[in-house]
Amino acid sequence: MEIKLKSPVKKEELAALKAGDRVLLSGPVYTARDAAHKRMMELLDRGEALPFPLEGSVLYYVGPTPEAPGQVIGSAGPTTSGRMDAYSPRLLDLGQPVMVGKGNRSRAVVEAIVRNGAVYLAAMGGAGALMGACVKSARVICWEDLGCEAVRLLEVADMPLIVAIDSRGGNLYESGPAAYLESVR
Amino acid sequence: MIRTLQAGEISAAVAELCVRANRELPEDIVRAMEQAAREEPWPTAKGILDTLCGNIGAAKERCLPICQDTGLACVFAELGQDVHIEGDFNAAVNEGVRRGYEEGLLRKSVVADPLRRVNTGDNTPAALTVELVPGDRLRLTVVPKGFGSENMSALKMLKPADGAEGVKRFVLDTVRSAGANPCPPVVVGVGIGGTFDKAALLAKHALLRPLDRPNPDPYYAALERELLEAINALGTGPQGFGGRTTALGLAIETMPTHVAGLPVAVNISCHVTRRASLVL
Repeated sequence: MEIKLKSPVKKEELAALKAGDRVLLSGPVYTARDAAHKRMMELLDRGEALPFPLEGSVLYYVGPTPEAPGQVIGSAGPTTSGRMDAYSPRLLDLGQPVMVGKGNRSRAVVEAIVRNGAVYLAAMGGAGALMGACVKSARVICWEDLGCEAVRLLEVADMPLIVAIDSRGGNLYESGPAAYLESVR
Repeated sequence: MIRTLQAGEISAAVAELCVRANRELPEDIVRAMEQAAREEPWPTAKGILDTLCGNIGAAKERCLPICQDTGLACVFAELGQDVHIEGDFNAAVNEGVRRGYEEGLLRKSVVADPLRRVNTGDNTPAALTVELVPGDRLRLTVVPKGFGSENMSALKMLKPADGAEGVKRFVLDTVRSAGANPCPPVVVGVGIGGTFDKAALLAKHALLRPLDRPNPDPYYAALERELLEAINALGTGPQGFGGRTTALGLAIETMPTHVAGLPVAVNISCHVTRRASLVL
């Protein structure tokens, strides 16, 4: 079954999602990877406002390829989320509820997910051409000097995602392989 | 007889290879993905493999990069010793990368300095490896290497007493702890022997070998089969969500080493294992 999720999200909607559920995400999504996260931390350290709202927002760990003339975006699949583990708990504690990327998260991130009723959704790693097709508009909103790492505001429609870590700490990176191994025992 | 190649010809060839490699996977990788999708017994995993095969087709059809991480351009040059290059060879390769990544709308993913991290803006410089060979030709191979998988690679200086069992343990530990990060199903390049640096280069070279071509030495061909089977019993599966297909292939390259050493390097590549070659 596929669950429709619209951003900005309310935390109550996230409570129903379980690891392994398929989600179709629509609405605004902010892109941020390593360098953008580092700058966000620097702003927070100085007590300054971030360039986009954290409350209800979806963060997508992606650095897309340049768009062809007349196109919205190029390839846009997820990057490895683990590199953002050092930064994510702080953002979750400030109310940022949905992360999209690929690969497992640290214990500290899982604890922050549970503490805040957040979720971590997985996009299909290496399927950049298909993921890009879900993006309806894209514009750089800050830190253009970072190139592919600049923060973009994307409008996505029915982006296919899988709940990787749910708000109770259920983790498909653990339960998925365990269930497969059980089936071949 | 000395044959002359113009630097401009080399730039044009590298540019074309950068674009082609990023849009179209080698036939052996496509065949391995399709076969894995047909034979995968776990339904979730099969669904993921079908989607990934769909992405390969969509990229080719719409002239898009298969993956948004269009990589650091690893360029391998087998340079005939009877070739004379008119112009600067290194500059010609980098000019090709610059042009290919710009004209092919590929992502610029290179920072000029590993700690101060400012993007070079044109994906240069390439990681260039030159090998001098007999003849008057130049064979160029471009391998755009994504870093989701590169980051999960590892090297270890084992002791001779660790032997084949130690090598197997290290390869399996490396792939197991990589988990979902390198975008499984992965391709695994293993380098055994040489020195610290040569082992790493051997592992990268192993990724250049088509998946359907085993090591010519039956001893190592058997070790390749055994390790691939062991990896596909880990249960990691496509995207790390469980399943049989954790690796599409594994290749081992070796060279002589010191009496006191047993260097082993494991270079991991994702399901978008790209390479494109041509001969000038």
